[in-house]
Order: sequence, then C-alpha cells, then structure tokens
Amino acid sequence: MKKLKNSHRAPNYNLIWGCVITSIMVLMIVVSFFWTPFNPDAMSYAEKDLAPGGAHLLGTDNFGRDIFSRVMEGAGTTLSIAFCAVAIGASFGTVIGGLTGYFGGAWDEFIMRINDAVTAFPSILLALVIVTITGSGRTNIIFILGILFIPSFARVVRGEFAKQRQMDYVKNAKLMGVKPGRIMFVHILPNIAPVLLSAVAIGFNNAVLAEASMSYLGVGVSQTEAVSLGRMLLDSQAYWMTSPWQALSAGCAISILILGFALISEGLGTRPMWRPTTKRRRKQHA
Amino acid sequence: MRYILKKIGIFVLTIFAISILVFLAFQIIPGDPTTRMLGTQATPEKIAALRAQLGLDRPVLVRYFDWLGNFLRGNYGESYSYNMPVHELLSGKLRITASLTLLSFLMVLLISFPLGILLARFAHSWFDRVMMVLNQIVMSIPSFFTGILFTYVFGLILKFFTPTNFVEYADDHAGFWAYLVFPALSIALPKAAMVIKLLRGSMVRELSEDYVRTAYSRGNSRWQVLKGHVMRNAMVPVVTFLAVTLVDIIAGSIIIEQVFNIPGMGRLLMTSINGRDLPVVQTIIMIIALVVITVNYIADISYKYIDPRIRFR
Repeated sequence: MKKLKNSHRAPNYNLIWGCVITSIMVLMIVVSFFWTPFNPDAMSYAEKDLAPGGAHLLGTDNFGRDIFSRVMEGAGTTLSIAFCAVAIGASFGTVIGGLTGYFGGAWDEFIMRINDAVTAFPSILLALVIVTITGSGRTNIIFILGILFIPSFARVVRGEFAKQRQMDYVKNAKLMGVKPGRIMFVHILPNIAPVLLSAVAIGFNNAVLAEASMSYLGVGVSQTEAVSLGRMLLDSQAYWMTSPWQALSAGCAISILILGFALISEGLGTRPMWRPTTKRRRKQHA
Repeated sequence: MRYILKKIGIFVLTIFAISILVFLAFQIIPGDPTTRMLGTQATPEKIAALRAQLGLDRPVLVRYFDWLGNFLRGNYGESYSYNMPVHELLSGKLRITASLTLLSFLMVLLISFPLGILLARFAHSWFDRVMMVLNQIVMSIPSFFTGILFTYVFGLILKFFTPTNFVEYADDHAGFWAYLVFPALSIALPKAAMVIKLLRGSMVRELSEDYVRTAYSRGNSRWQVLKGHVMRNAMVPVVTFLAVTLVDIIAGSIIIEQVFNIPGMGRLLMTSINGRDLPVVQTIIMIIALVVITVNYIADISYKYIDPRIRFR
C-alpha cells in the first residue's frame, strides 16, 4: 500500500524529461530561425571534415559546412513539417471523430471501416505510394502525412466522444436545448483534451520519424529546398570513415526529437495533467 | 464455423476493395508512362501505338478486371524500365525480403518475451526502472540510424561483415543469413522495445487481479502463476500488437534494405517509385497489402484460442 501511495505522489518524470528535452530542441530551432553559428550552406574547402570541438561544435562535413548549424536548421525543417502535418491530422481528425462518435449510426460504421483499413497499413508505406503519385517536396510531404494522420486522430476522438455522449452532463445539456455543435466543441472537447494532447504528442513522434525516413529514402524534402536531418543522414553515410560525426549528429538529433515527444505522450497518457471534471462528478462516473 | 465463414467472406471483400483502390490510385498518376518510355522519340503516332500495345486505351473497368484476372493468375505485367515480366523481377527479391522480415520478427519475439516477462516479474525494482529507461531510448532511435551505427561499429570497425557486399542465398546459405543478422536486428530493436513495454504493462496489470491472489493462495509459485495464469490473459493485447509489428517490420525492411544495400523488394520498390515503373510498384503494393490483410485476420482469429472469453459475434 505504501508503495502505491508513493508512486502516486512521485513526480511525473516522463512528462518532465519529455518537456525538458523537447523545450531544448524547440529553443534551438527557434534560435536557428534568426541565428546559426555559421551559414548552414557555406562551404569551405579549408575546413573540410573537421572533428567536433573548437569553433565548430559538432565539426564540419565533407564540404566544410558547419554541422551544428545544419542540425539546427534541419531539426527546424523536420519539426515544422511535423507541426503542419499534425495540425492537419488533428483538426480534421477531431472534427470527423467528433461527428461520428457523437452521432453514431451508419456513417460512423462506414467511416470507421475505412479508418481500420487505412490504419492497418504502415503509414510510411502509404506515404511512399502517394509520393509516387504526387511527387516529393516539402508541401507534398506535409499534406501526405497530414492526411495519413487523420484516421488515427479520428479513431481516438471518436472513442472519447462516444464515451462522453453517455454521460449525464451531456444529457443535461441536451435536455436544456443546447445545440449539438456547442455540446460537441464547448462541452465535450475540453473534457477529452488530455487524451487529445497525448495523441498529438504521439502524432509528433510519428511525423518526425516519417519525415526523417522519407528524406532518408530520398523522397522527402529535396536537397535544394532546405536542410533536412534524414537527408543529412543519407548523404553522410559515404563519409563514415573520414567524418563519422556527420551521421552521428544527424541521427542523434532525430532520435532526441523523437524521444522528447515519446516521453511527453507517455507522461500524458499514464497520468493526465489535469481533470476538467469536478471531483464529485468524477466519482459518479467512475 | 459460421464465424470463420463470415470472416473469410469479409477477408475476400476487403482484398477486393483494396485491389480497386490500388488500381485506381495508379490511374490518377499524372504523366503517361509512354512519354517516359519513348523519351525523345515520342510522336503522337508512336504514343498511340504504344498505348494500344500496353492496353492503356481501353476503358478503366475493363483494364481493372483484366489486371485483377492477370494478377490472380500470377501474371503481373511487364516492367516499363527493365523490359521483363514483373514476376521474374520479383521472384528472388521476394525471398530476400521475406527472409529479412521473418528473421527480424523472430528476433522481436526472442528479445521481447523473456525480457518483458522478467521485467514484469521484477516490476518496480531498480533493475526494472533502469531497463525501462533504456527501453524508452531504444524505442526512439529510428531503425535506419541503428542500421547505420551497426554498419559502422560491426561492419567497418569490427569487420563482422562487409557493408554493401550482399551475399546471395544461392552462393552461400550461411553467409546470406549472416549478412541479414544486423539488418534484421536494426529493425527488430525498436519494435522489441515496444513489445517489451506492452507485455510488461499488460502483465503488471493482470498481476493485480483477484485470480492471481487466488492462484497464490493455492500454493502456486511466482513463476507458476506468471506462466500458467497471467501470461495467457496478458497475451491478448500483445497478439494484436504483434500483428501490427509484423506489418511494421515489412515497412521497416524497405528502409533497411537501403541502409545495408540488400537487393530485396524494398530497393526495387524505391527504384521503381523513382523511375515511375508503375506495374512494379503496383504489384509490390498489392503483395504487401495482401500480407497486411492476411496477418491482421490471423491475429483476429487467434484471439479465440488465446482467450476463450472472447465470443464471436
């Protein structure tokens, strides 16, 4: 019993570390919008393949470009793509999941079957198929990933809406004549926010991985568009023997981004930060 | 029996629906393959002739049933860029990717089950805590980065294998499997970490149930309870996840084949995507779709045998 009590009071380490790691990365990315130690694209033959340390914190690559600056910018590319993709997936997913979960019926069945079919396939594979059709590039990747994320958000939100629909506060609101739209987005949505936030963190996790994988496969962000971590990893593979820090920096940056989001989603999932319902209500529905 | 029949019915319908989707997806691709095939020699007459030769001038529905019929008979059409039948192109590569996938899946099972059970047994101990932190980190490293690290450490430094020097199965059986060990492990590690987490969580949850206390009170040892009582109940969510994992491994092998230079289906898929070799892409996607659906159905049906409480509706 004593153990149980303690574990309840113990700080949510997953969430704390997740936030710390992600904040550091986000801070670095925000800074990179205004300032990087060196120009990420400036080549210098004299400073080719320098080891980490000194002026170049993570060394330089085979063109003499500063790797730390490139990692900063590359992480920014990856995160901005992830952000847009998750925004598309979460907003459409919430609306679709909310409508189907709240109203139920034949449409619900139909859309959920499609959802099941889509989510059964690995998203990277579907993304590759769509890239064949649309071509690669930053905008395309954002839309492809965004659309592919809709089903998973819709599924989570639908489940929550279907559960909340049965609760007394929703029934009360209905009796009082509140319009469905208001019930869904003003009454129910705040109550499922913790679940939705956790899903958003997982979404970021998947989006970073998907973007990095696609750039690594050469069908993501094109070389001329922007620096991307996946692409850096692909290009650096040939220089393992001369400058292993190239691949290490890019790979570690991807892993750290993913780790941050994974920890946040873990922390939010196991113990919600807050419960919007009052204590008495929670007891009634427990 | 009715349940099984119903399941098979849905199975066939799903495959039918997927085949229509795959076919249609490749119809809306902009850019006619004939222009690419003819290149600079393209004239309207030549394009029309080639379109007729490839059967591209017929109605969509006719082409669909034609394609489906051919697909079912194992005739996947001709590759645009290699000028050879797709099935010939695929035959050897399919085996390589299948071997890689199965080896990786086996590794996931061999790593995750002992560790997951062990961690559940010693849940909340310092060992468990350290391992779970490690687990979370392993989960966050993408397989292609693990692959690159393995290439460097085990390939270039320790010289366990020669990177990019793939060994064909026909040349050397043992060498073939040996070459696949590190690629398979790169895919398996993050997946195994996920299974460990799920299995441990699922078992820890089951361990707090009343039936566990009853089992102890009847004089069962800790391992007996874990093995005979808890495992079976804890397995249900894990089996679902294993199906997902197997499918993910197939997708992962596409990426890993690039890292280790393995001439499997994934490499063929990527070159075909870049070269817009549609018959090849279409066939590979259709094959993967078939595998995905089959794996999910096997998982679906296997619940019954694991947990008889799940009654069929």
